[in-house]
Amino acid sequence: MSFLSHLISGISLGSIYAIIALGYTMVYGIAKMLNFAHGDVIMVGGYMCFCATVYLGWPSIAGVALAVVVCTLLGVVIERLAYKPLRQAPALAVLITAIGVSYFLQNAALLIWGSSTKSFTSVVGGSPISLFDGQLTIAPVTIVTVVICVVIMVALTLFTNKSKAGTAMRAVSEDKGAAQLMGINVNTTISLTFAIGSGLAAIAGVLLCSAYPTLMPTTGSMPGIKAFTAAVFGGIGSIPGAFVGGILLGIIEIFAGAYISTQLSNAIVFAVLIIVLLVKPDGLLGKHISEKV
Amino acid sequence: MQKLKKYAASKAGRDTLISFGIVIIAFAVMQVLRSFGMVSSLLESLLVPICAYVVMAVSLNLTVGILGELSLGHAGFMSVGAFSGIVAATCLNDLVPFAPLRLALAIVVGGICAAIAGVIIGVPVLRLKGDYLAIVTLAFGEIIKNIVNVLYIGLDSAGLHFGLLQQGFTLEEGGEMIINGPMGVSGVSRISTFTSGFVLVLITLFLVLNLINSRSGRAIMAVRDNKIAADSIGISTTSYKLMAFVISAAFAGMAGTLYGLNYTTVTATKFDFNTSILILVFVVLGGLGNIWGSIIAAALLTVLPEVLREVGDFRMLIYAILLIVMMLFNNSSLKARILEKRGMKQMEKAERSGKEGA
Amino acid sequence: MKKSLSMLLAGAMLVSVLAGCGGNTSSSSETGSTDESTASGTAFKVGGTAPLTGTAAIYGNAVKNGAELAAEEINAEGGDIQFEVVFEDDENNTEKAVSAYNALKDEGIQLSLGAVTSKPGEAIAPLLEEDHIFALTPSASSPANIENNDVVFQMCFSDPNQGLASADYIADQQLGTKIGIIYKSDDVYSTGILEQFKAEAQTKGLEIVAEESFMDGMDTDFSVQLNACKSAGADLLFLPIYYTPASLILTQANQMGYAPKFFGVDGMDGILTVENFDTALAEGVMLLTPFNADATDEATVNFVTKYEEKYDETPNQFAADAYDCMYAYKLALETAGCTPDMSASDLCDAMIETFPTITFTGLTGDGAGITWDSDGAVSKSPKGMIIENGAYVGMD
Repeated sequence: MSFLSHLISGISLGSIYAIIALGYTMVYGIAKMLNFAHGDVIMVGGYMCFCATVYLGWPSIAGVALAVVVCTLLGVVIERLAYKPLRQAPALAVLITAIGVSYFLQNAALLIWGSSTKSFTSVVGGSPISLFDGQLTIAPVTIVTVVICVVIMVALTLFTNKSKAGTAMRAVSEDKGAAQLMGINVNTTISLTFAIGSGLAAIAGVLLCSAYPTLMPTTGSMPGIKAFTAAVFGGIGSIPGAFVGGILLGIIEIFAGAYISTQLSNAIVFAVLIIVLLVKPDGLLGKHISEKV
Repeated sequence: MQKLKKYAASKAGRDTLISFGIVIIAFAVMQVLRSFGMVSSLLESLLVPICAYVVMAVSLNLTVGILGELSLGHAGFMSVGAFSGIVAATCLNDLVPFAPLRLALAIVVGGICAAIAGVIIGVPVLRLKGDYLAIVTLAFGEIIKNIVNVLYIGLDSAGLHFGLLQQGFTLEEGGEMIINGPMGVSGVSRISTFTSGFVLVLITLFLVLNLINSRSGRAIMAVRDNKIAADSIGISTTSYKLMAFVISAAFAGMAGTLYGLNYTTVTATKFDFNTSILILVFVVLGGLGNIWGSIIAAALLTVLPEVLREVGDFRMLIYAILLIVMMLFNNSSLKARILEKRGMKQMEKAERSGKEGA
Repeated sequence: MKKSLSMLLAGAMLVSVLAGCGGNTSSSSETGSTDESTASGTAFKVGGTAPLTGTAAIYGNAVKNGAELAAEEINAEGGDIQFEVVFEDDENNTEKAVSAYNALKDEGIQLSLGAVTSKPGEAIAPLLEEDHIFALTPSASSPANIENNDVVFQMCFSDPNQGLASADYIADQQLGTKIGIIYKSDDVYSTGILEQFKAEAQTKGLEIVAEESFMDGMDTDFSVQLNACKSAGADLLFLPIYYTPASLILTQANQMGYAPKFFGVDGMDGILTVENFDTALAEGVMLLTPFNADATDEATVNFVTKYEEKYDETPNQFAADAYDCMYAYKLALETAGCTPDMSASDLCDAMIETFPTITFTGLTGDGAGITWDSDGAVSKSPKGMIIENGAYVGMD
């Protein structure tokens, strides 16, 4: 029975990683940059929802909406101010700028909301579901998280494959120059990607804080790194890959903690990642792009 | 004299002279200021960490700038060097009472241990490319942190005792815990000095610059610029990659020992992802492949947050903004335009003086 | 050309940075000289390093606020003893703590409040000893802070004492038979309490059925640890940790329908003040703490009201310990007859002599007198509290 409950915790944690990883993967796929500030956008999403529901007394759904709107705008603004001027710069310069943005968001949050931890009220109400005479309990937020994660994954896949804007994204991802020649507005497409990625980050932030109800300026950093790992694990740039990578990472983390050692669970997660990458250098579901000479 | 001029005129020669010049002049200025007591305690306390970070930045520049592979786990090697160096220094406490010699031996041990870690990590990692390689180095950095976190090492008359996850051994009377799991080390005697740091920086510079300007260095850069072309002219890409990576790891280890022996207490969590990123920021800001750029960036960015203490709560916020602005400026068209303008002005000046002359 | 410009820029920045440092030097030497000559009648300069940013910022800011509030009160009374309090950020990082301490030294502090957290405290203790500056730390509770030096004293109980007291309390009151523990393995505070607790539990015949740990960066998901305790059948969870993770443990235990008794230590104090925390979850939680913000004695009420007015939050034990530190300094300085024009080193000698002789009554320590031994360890009695209806109630 404890196996099942560990499995459920793993899937719950993994779904959150997956939603964050989806945002990472979208941005990486199109802009070819590791957006290390993504984790901190999650934190901003959490704070926004917190402020709306606690300080303003809005219903939780309105809080989520506010978080999504603010984070989407934030994502677009960050892209315009910090990343767009570096479109032609080396990838590393963009990486360092992203780290600068991450520091900025964390410290701005510290100044605005203070250092003390805030306790987040889950946006999903209801009492835990009890199975097998109370030996197994599932929190409602777990179910909601998993469902939302699947819905987002399917919606994103459909969006990139079927819609016009999605096709444009794929085109930009493969060849910016050629896409521009075909009349695609590259800047708008990249902004749209950041908007979607940051909107997802807001949802991830709210769900993260609902499942693990604590909120501080550094809330987003560790999940951010883990989700980045998950995205690479599944094959960065691949939407189903981010989903699979996230879920697997969550399960491995919980199981390693439960059956081996909580102190080594991080090490085990990363060791599995290394082994996977050595066997499949492009991640589980990544596309292999052969090198051009 | 002629030879020196010629040497200075070549790009490699100029870089070497600038690098050594910066370090030696900085050291001399600091020593003069210190002898007059004009250095604040704050700056004084930063000298050894600056030396350690300079060595870290130069060594990472070898991997990122010269070899062209992004590493996000460089702090892991620093950690290996710090802890093995501390163990070595503690073991040698009675054997070698002369502190500078003990420090030198500890640094060598730290370097060797980090080099071994470099081989273990480099062999699998260097088969990967680009961002995948980056994430695997990040993973190794985290794994090293996690393992050191559950490592117990104690010393008594019977020798060294090791334990993983739990102490698992009892020390004899008078024995001493060196690494106490997640508590890290405490009560280490601080034997690192600014002079020793300076010497380590000089040795690092000498070896790294020589390597870059040697046949091996050119081979490594050939691998970076075009692996297939390098392969085709018979350069063994794998072994040169591994060589650069391991040397880089060894210097990181030495820097780690220097750093570790500067504090009474060190924990594994210090050498985490954030530290790796910090070093990477030095390298990128100083310019990839630019050794003296790394030196200046490392020194500057170590001092900057301390100078910003005066603005209190806004300290780290300003640091973040400065970082972003510096990156934007370094890569923006604005810089190009300013440079252009200056060039124009100088040309005008030259023209004018030309006219006046006429 | 491009190169020379960037070099110029870099050079200019380096110069300005060095100039900044130089500026520091000159100003510090100035204050140093004024201290010697004209400082009589002005204030004692007291400085501490604290994590004002980063994950431990909550503790650092509480200490800073508590100390500043106390200094304000003392200064407003207009007595002979006046204080000027300065804090520098150490980010709960040993390297930064050393720089922060040196920055304080440059500012010319005469007395120190040490560090807020234990690891930075261990890092600066030898420096304090070298420079012969006296420190009374409000909250760096690991024994390593006061061992091997003469100059650091503690205002908080040391960690092993808490472990001992907790085990005794649980055994004497027969609160539980099967005990589960969740502790933070990379925190000296947590492991320090744990070790002594385990030793004492053994002598008292308490059965420890599960011992689970977590670390920094892995402190949001406790399902594994809680599941282990649940399946081991623990009926009392001992939590020698701070209240931030503890609030998560309470929430997650509730979500999985696990309801053992919870027993915390002084780090648990503050759990009711977490913004928006559902205090119903903390119902029945027991803890040992030196301070209780809901106490009705005059001193506490005065402190809590003023603190809430000024900082818009309820003080926790960190703030209270820091507040007490300042008043303890006042008492000791008065007893020893010190004046602000004395050098740090002379003050240090006076304090080392005076502290073991005084008995101080403050917010922490249950109204009984607080005393120090010559090693710097404090002796005060923890209060056993239980949370009922969202408020602390004393247990007897």
